[in-house]
Amino acid sequence: MSELRELYQEVILDHGKHPRNFHRPKGCNRESQGYNPLCGDKITIYLTLEDGLVKDAGFEGAGCAISMASASLMSETLKGKTVEEVRALFERFRGFVMGQENPLEAAGDTPDLDKLVVLSGVREFPMRVKCATLAWHTMSAAMEGRKEEVTTD
Amino acid sequence: MKAVADLLPEREPKARPTEFDVERVRRDFPILARKVYRRPLAFLDSAASAQKPRQVVEAVRRCYEQEYANVHRGVYYLSERATEAFEGARRKAQRFINAADEREIVFTRGATEAINLVASSYGGACLREGDEIILSTLEHHSNIVPWQLLRDRVGIVIRVVPIDDDGEFLFEEYEKLLGPRTKLVALTHASNSLGTIPPVAKIIELAHRRGVPVLLDGCQAVPHTRVDVQALDCDFYVFSGHKLYGPTGIGVLYAKARHLEAMPPYQGGGDMIKRVSFEKTEYADIPSKFEAGTPNIAGAIGLGAAIDYVSGLGMEAIEAHDQALLRYAVERLSEVGGIRLLGEARKRASIVSFLVEGVHSHDVGTILDRTGVAVRVGHHCAHPVMDHFGITGTVRASFGLYNTREEVDALVDGLHEVRRIFA
Repeated sequence: MSELRELYQEVILDHGKHPRNFHRPKGCNRESQGYNPLCGDKITIYLTLEDGLVKDAGFEGAGCAISMASASLMSETLKGKTVEEVRALFERFRGFVMGQENPLEAAGDTPDLDKLVVLSGVREFPMRVKCATLAWHTMSAAMEGRKEEVTTD
Repeated sequence: MKAVADLLPEREPKARPTEFDVERVRRDFPILARKVYRRPLAFLDSAASAQKPRQVVEAVRRCYEQEYANVHRGVYYLSERATEAFEGARRKAQRFINAADEREIVFTRGATEAINLVASSYGGACLREGDEIILSTLEHHSNIVPWQLLRDRVGIVIRVVPIDDDGEFLFEEYEKLLGPRTKLVALTHASNSLGTIPPVAKIIELAHRRGVPVLLDGCQAVPHTRVDVQALDCDFYVFSGHKLYGPTGIGVLYAKARHLEAMPPYQGGGDMIKRVSFEKTEYADIPSKFEAGTPNIAGAIGLGAAIDYVSGLGMEAIEAHDQALLRYAVERLSEVGGIRLLGEARKRASIVSFLVEGVHSHDVGTILDRTGVAVRVGHHCAHPVMDHFGITGTVRASFGLYNTREEVDALVDGLHEVRRIFA
């Protein structure tokens, strides 16, 4: 049950219920769709990219608390980062939600990772990891201008 | 070579049992005693696949350990025994649904394959461009997609009977859709997502008055109620073994002999032929014509054992048990705040779909899982039903012969936990 408490902790529930940046930013110039048909999580990621920097980020969609919270937390950490920094963040995030990296160590050395680390509890719920990563994979497609709908199913 | 037992007259039980001891029954299912996350397991997902009693596992084991060989072809002792057991299972299936003739029972991999067989063979031979078939919004994808594949091949038109917000099949709409071009009606006998049981007797009666054959998908009906295909007079009836407390990989297509005789084969290969030459091949008689290749021998024997098991308890007793649990579940779920029950048809199987206000079904399912309660979440292979309610999925609890009131209580306790976490 402690794994449940960790996964559905205050921060995640809060972001799930009151997602941040839940809109299409003005001047958005990148957009991508993500959809997991097996569970129905649907997300659109909006980015404003300028000179290799994420000026603004937002999202819209509907889905489980994990998918929405992940998108919300992600949107907060993207702003002001370079494309390379975003890629690196994604790698680290993937590492600790898939159980390949120790979240406590991860939190220490990179700013913003300590915010994302709250989602590491999902590693105990293998069937739900795809909910946590949908936003990131969709964001990655948006950043690279890929057109096909993203899925993590 | 017939076994002596098959030559004796059928012994009718003196009276059909109307109840059974569920605690004693549970002891036949060892898996129910296991813990999950150190909690007792409350398995409320039999509609997806049912657990198997020892008797079924034993029958499969006995087959492989003592009486296994390929069927139909051998002249040696083991092959005769295996063939006896396999054909014995066919006769059990025949008696279970009261088919007139054992040749009207075709073993398939499951209901999905059975429907594909009808769509491909019957549909391919008898349906033409512009012919109409009638389905309903309630259908499982396995009774939708094969007809769409037929539509792509042949150009049939699919008409759909809608439902209302109680999940009721709208019979007046069905009457309107049944027209001069209708050539087949294919409907669920009990909805896997809402439990709704359409008025199948009326449906078949009306269709037959217009000369239209009817297929029924009985996956969620046969585990819960006595099915009599002669009384129903349906033309085709399908069900899967694994939902009837039997093994996976085995199912039954029942079809009236005259249909099977007129239908071309579905799959070609060994066992479905009389004689093969490169110039001309002669097909076997029914049902062999539709059973190409070595069948799922142990699966059929396991299905036979499952049929024996439920028949031993009595379908009337099982139905009474399942319906009582359904009523109890609906009553207790209505006490929990923020629960919206979906589909409350007057006649339904022991399946209940619901939504928890403000909480996505997947989150509900994950939390319930950790309290030991297994339910299914999502669209249940019934996108049209979900679309009708404008949702992406529900939480579905389904009750079978081994479930108890305590397990319903565990579900309700788990839902209180969900509400607490998301408050």
